[in-house]
Amino acid sequence: MIEYALTFALGCYALALLLNLWRIAVGPDAADRILALDTMVINLIALVVLYGVWHSTAIYFEAAMLIAMVGFVSTVAYCRFLLRGDIIE
Amino acid sequence: MSIVAEILVSFALVVSGIFGLVGSVGLVKLKNTLQRLHAPTKATSLGVGGVLIASMIYFYAKYGQVSFHELLITLFLFLTAPITANFIAKAYMARNLGDKDVPETTGEYGWSIYDDPPSPGSDR
Repeated sequence: MIEYALTFALGCYALALLLNLWRIAVGPDAADRILALDTMVINLIALVVLYGVWHSTAIYFEAAMLIAMVGFVSTVAYCRFLLRGDIIE
Repeated sequence: MSIVAEILVSFALVVSGIFGLVGSVGLVKLKNTLQRLHAPTKATSLGVGGVLIASMIYFYAKYGQVSFHELLITLFLFLTAPITANFIAKAYMARNLGDKDVPETTGEYGWSIYDDPPSPGSDR
């Protein structure tokens, strides 16, 4: 039963990543693209954790944690760059 | 693994998959940027929370020990999602809206994205 639920969730998140990619390509504003990238990072964390459950191993949580941190920092840096023209003042 | 744990894990996985998909469909479907800000920040955070809860129950049922990695990831995501949403809204306002489009702050200082910060000499 878990296999079917896992397949369903993996399909949902794969489709979600494709929709985010469409939003990145279409835009129209830079804020939309940052938002779509941030959503892609969150969906990617979910995919990595689901992959870890699929193989029933716990070594993918560190990767998910690192992706979460790098995604947050990159989103904030991109927004700071648009806001102030500089990342660290 | 017991049948109760399997049902719980499957339920959490299906619900979180639907929430994640709803968040991204909202990102595509809603009309302008400030509306689109709502769908991913709320629905997708909830979806990832569901995935992490499912994985916690799964590893507890399989190996019999609670792992705290998922709680750390959930805490980090739920702390950072409002901050990123606030930053994206500020970036959008600074690029697309002007001083006249927002109401007055009725305080001593104006909006932080349109006005200069208070001078360091002042006592606040």
